[in-house]
Amino acid sequence: MSASKADEQEKLGPFGSCPLPIFDHPQIVLGHGSGGKLSADLIEKVFVSRFRNPTLEKMDDQAVIDIGGAKLAFTTDSFVVTPIFFPGGDIGSLAVNGTVNDLAVGGAKPLYLAAAFILEEGLTAADLARVVDSMAIAAQNAGVQLVTGDTKVVNRGKGDKVFITTTGIGHMNRATQLSADRAQPGDRILLSGYIGDHGITILSQREGLEFESALESDCAALHGLVAGMLDEAEAAGNIAGMRVMRDPTRGGVATVLNEIAGRSRTGMVLRENAIPVRDTVRGACEMLGLDPLYVANEGKLVAVVADDIADRVLAAMRRHPLGADSCIIGEVIEQPAGMVLMKTSVGGTRVVDVLFGEQLPRIC
Amino acid sequence: MKYLDEYRDGDIAAKLVERIRRVQTKPWVIMEVCGGQTHSIVKNGIDHLLPKGVELVHGPGCPVCVTPLEMIDKAHAIARRPDVIFCSFGDMLRVPGSDGDLFSIKSQGGDVRVVYSPIDCLKIAKANPDKQVVFFAIGFETTAPANAMLAWQARQCGMKNLSLLVSHVLVPPAIEAILSSPQNRVQGFLGPGHVCAVVGYTEYEPLAARFHVPIVVTGFEPLDILEGVLMVIEQLELGRAEVENQYSRVLARGGNGPAQELIAKIFEVSDRKWRGVGTIPQSGFRLREAFRDFDAEERFSVTTIDTMEPAVCIGGQILQGIKKPHDCPAFGTECTPQHPLGATMVSAEGACAAYYAYGRHLKDADLITIGVGGR
Repeated sequence: MSASKADEQEKLGPFGSCPLPIFDHPQIVLGHGSGGKLSADLIEKVFVSRFRNPTLEKMDDQAVIDIGGAKLAFTTDSFVVTPIFFPGGDIGSLAVNGTVNDLAVGGAKPLYLAAAFILEEGLTAADLARVVDSMAIAAQNAGVQLVTGDTKVVNRGKGDKVFITTTGIGHMNRATQLSADRAQPGDRILLSGYIGDHGITILSQREGLEFESALESDCAALHGLVAGMLDEAEAAGNIAGMRVMRDPTRGGVATVLNEIAGRSRTGMVLRENAIPVRDTVRGACEMLGLDPLYVANEGKLVAVVADDIADRVLAAMRRHPLGADSCIIGEVIEQPAGMVLMKTSVGGTRVVDVLFGEQLPRIC
Repeated sequence: MKYLDEYRDGDIAAKLVERIRRVQTKPWVIMEVCGGQTHSIVKNGIDHLLPKGVELVHGPGCPVCVTPLEMIDKAHAIARRPDVIFCSFGDMLRVPGSDGDLFSIKSQGGDVRVVYSPIDCLKIAKANPDKQVVFFAIGFETTAPANAMLAWQARQCGMKNLSLLVSHVLVPPAIEAILSSPQNRVQGFLGPGHVCAVVGYTEYEPLAARFHVPIVVTGFEPLDILEGVLMVIEQLELGRAEVENQYSRVLARGGNGPAQELIAKIFEVSDRKWRGVGTIPQSGFRLREAFRDFDAEERFSVTTIDTMEPAVCIGGQILQGIKKPHDCPAFGTECTPQHPLGATMVSAEGACAAYYAYGRHLKDADLITIGVGGR
């Protein structure tokens, strides 16, 4: 687009003379889907500004709504992964587990899912059946029922085999108040295991980068792990000490912690040596110039927990198979508010900021 | 993890810092030449570990940063063509030209692809015989052998639909330009480890002697950098000015012979423009006459594009160690990775972008990071 055309569009906005904040990109770029600053910018300027309401503005992974006295958690997510089958999972299991996890980390018991499929002309029936079988197994494992759905087919080249959107409803059956604005100085930051497995597995399957590894995606439903943590907090008589949980998908652990620090107006300090990263993931990240803190996970959670119950909750996590490698990676501090710091392995300190867009492999 | 953890050990780092503290009696300004070293220093907070009298300034060795604006504009002109598949290393995609970046060209329908190795372009060219495949061959001596190998193999395979947009630069002429400047503050160098792994460091010896500066060829891990700093300071304190090799686990004085032979077959030394700095004589590579038919500039008639650099950015002075990112009023305000005003904000290895990525644009970030407490 020429500069003058872009200027013109910027002046007019997407709907002519629109009073809402103007989005400063004439076109959507891939970075808008990265989970970083570009994504946040898109969400705030294009979406939140138009749909503004108190539930949306909480900006948690799920909306908590009250219908006739029943407190429900409600969420939706779209899945567009290439390749659709990968070690450790496929787009089907990802679509179920991703939405289940967004409900679970809000403290809800996941109950029902809806699924919408956009199928590209030419997708083999066998591949579709494999994806749907995988969804059925994942739903059964997560204890949710898929109760409604939709399918559309687009011309060859207008999609990428299959896109799936899942929407989920869960019951808020506990007295939790998990939310990103509840972290307090002195709280501990817990992580449920090795980071970056999913993102690096997908990367290892991409054209031009096929590298051999025994790595598998960590794709899994976290409702059981979460239930164990909340049970333990209840048993300790401090359910309010469970401040916030998040599943660090795109944008990784760094992005999620920055969101929490920003919403809670607290600082955070992490210990680099405490963060578990598998050698395969570290090796791939070192070679490509990526930082595992920003790489996607699909079966991990980060929890901010009050200091007095942190050890008990950690022990509960470690008792669950999906939390066997859980650890405390850092603490919430008062200042600098909104910032995540890290003590590096050599004893330096740095700020762990939100990325602007996608992580790009470095040249050398 | 083997070969990583042993070079990131906190206890050894503390011992090296203590040795630097003991040896250093005067303030010294040391430049790390390589963007990869800058990134490692900022990412690991190494500069905060050093005694106050040791100042690290950041050098010109970020290949993405120094690729001149007109070359970016040439790349964009080629990448916009419907008959072209434009291949590049990943971090070139966000570098702004006069009108957007390669990501925006991609979003407008251009076929722009990230490759991890230049050789991948051969496969793409063979799979797309009706398209012209162009590789953006940029970088220092480090990337030159792989880029040369692409041209060499393209010739062997008789490829007609493959070409290279070449913007290769060399480190020694840049060091010479920095040391020749009347504003120069640099008293010693951490030399570029991976560049020297290819070409060796014999070319650095006359520079060390002529300008009387110590140059220690250094690696990229935190302990490499601390040891390199220690070796430079030991020389400075004793008044020595030699080329030493900290990175001996990777390279020897003569470098990699076969790689140098390949480079010499494909490329010849030529004048090159550096973004933010200007033209430095005999500071880069171009394709030799025998390989000129693979030159994308000629194939797509973009040789006449000549863009002037906007004057707002102090990146040129930063790349020469005269200024630091904080000295720029636009740093972190008008100039961010989202809206870079100049070269050093565009790549992860650029000094401004590294400072920004690790939070140093935030108010009092430097004070805060020190105040978090001991190890």
